[in-house]
Amino acid sequence: MKILGKLTILLCGVLLMVFAMEFPDWGDPESPASTHLSPYFIQHTLEDTAVPNIVTSVLADYRGYDTMFETTVILTAGLACFLLLRIERKKVHHRYYRHVPTGVSLRMEGDKFPKNSAVFQRMDANWVPYDFIISRTCRLIIPFIQIFALYVVAHGHHSPGGGFQGGVLMGASVILFAISHNLRAAIKSFSEKTAALFSVTGVFIYAGTGALCLIFGEVFLNYSALAPLFGNDRVMARSHGILMVEIGVAVAVTAVMIWIYYNLSSAGKQDEGL
Amino acid sequence: MESIFSLVIAKANYVAYIILMMVGLYAMIAKNNLIKKIVGMSIFQTAIILFYVSIGCKRGATIPILEHHAPPEGVAHGAEKVVAHAMDAIRVADYINPLPHVLMLTAIVVGVATLGVALALAIKVYKTYGTLEEDEINQQLRSG
Amino acid sequence: MIWQLDLIILLLVIVCAVAAIRVRDLLSATLLLGAYSFLMCLLWAVMGAVDVAFTEATVGAGVSTVFCVAAVFHTTRRTKD
Repeated sequence: MKILGKLTILLCGVLLMVFAMEFPDWGDPESPASTHLSPYFIQHTLEDTAVPNIVTSVLADYRGYDTMFETTVILTAGLACFLLLRIERKKVHHRYYRHVPTGVSLRMEGDKFPKNSAVFQRMDANWVPYDFIISRTCRLIIPFIQIFALYVVAHGHHSPGGGFQGGVLMGASVILFAISHNLRAAIKSFSEKTAALFSVTGVFIYAGTGALCLIFGEVFLNYSALAPLFGNDRVMARSHGILMVEIGVAVAVTAVMIWIYYNLSSAGKQDEGL
Repeated sequence: MESIFSLVIAKANYVAYIILMMVGLYAMIAKNNLIKKIVGMSIFQTAIILFYVSIGCKRGATIPILEHHAPPEGVAHGAEKVVAHAMDAIRVADYINPLPHVLMLTAIVVGVATLGVALALAIKVYKTYGTLEEDEINQQLRSG
Repeated sequence: MIWQLDLIILLLVIVCAVAAIRVRDLLSATLLLGAYSFLMCLLWAVMGAVDVAFTEATVGAGVSTVFCVAAVFHTTRRTKD
């Protein structure tokens, strides 16, 4: 099998290299990729949409239809992870807990849980020791990561950033909380149901902006139709429309990253994580 | 022979990208372990994104964010002012081609979604068969 | 677009990719994949693709590595090839 694999990639590689000799040189301004559509985008994005970041304006306005379906793909991936892995919580007969201040171990039967779960830790096969320095340090850092994520979403027009990057940063902050503390503490503050609802809400915000443009009389996803809402300036209405869909994308991506992490890190059971 | 050698040197960057792609492809088809195959898939995807992004480079050009001068004090930041200040000269050769960046942003995010689903499948396979090696799984499927 | 920097990072990327599929410990393969993603992000930043580099830094070197480590944690760590 390995010999067949090596032969295949040798053949593929040689074929690709023979045809790569016809490609344009590195850094050529007259290459075919840079001469048909992209000069229009570079020259007209400021007068059409008043957004200096060309990548954001092309992604959310000129090619907004693709981005809407990409958000749907992310939602589908979160849903697929959930449907593959999530299993019902099995009824365990007894659990072992340790009381942190005194070091005493308990065994609880049936459906009883200890009342103050901040001082009791579960001792399982996947028990991860509780670390004071890591949890307190992460508690200090996480609010700043979230503020930075909101900054990245809001400044997608003028600096590199936008909906995807801000959404992943926000999801990463909750994942950091789940890693440094307990997974169950993270689930208690941002439950799986909230994550599922937010992911769908994000896709609806995106499609809803497009439908709003339809209601106002223009083509689906033509943001200049929202001009009556934003002060009757068609160019700035496109800029604000881009911001609205970026917020939708950020909400959807945040929720899906958290949802996939919850399902992957506990293999579906969602009791103990990494 | 000489001309082929000089041609390879001139397009050496494409040779490097193709080597990366073939490394990823080899891992996907010839490795036995499922997680190694998933790692190979990720390497392949990132190498293709590198190939596309390198097409958009231009010599001596800057990042694809248009520079615009700040409006003078006390003026509302409306669309007309921004356009008037920035439309002095937007030369296309000054900015990198932004179109491959847009397409590859979508590709990266779809790549991580695919990675999540692939890892969920690997966990499920491990739970069902107890192993992640492909030949042992085939053996269990044939006999069981 | 300094070509020396491009060349060095490209060589490191190829070394990381080959190493990620040849090690026999799956956790090491995962972390080498994280290093590979981060070096790709640097390569794109040198080429001028700042949005793509930002996305790859968060998605590839951040969240994707965490997902892979979680999956290795729930399956097995040793492999025969």
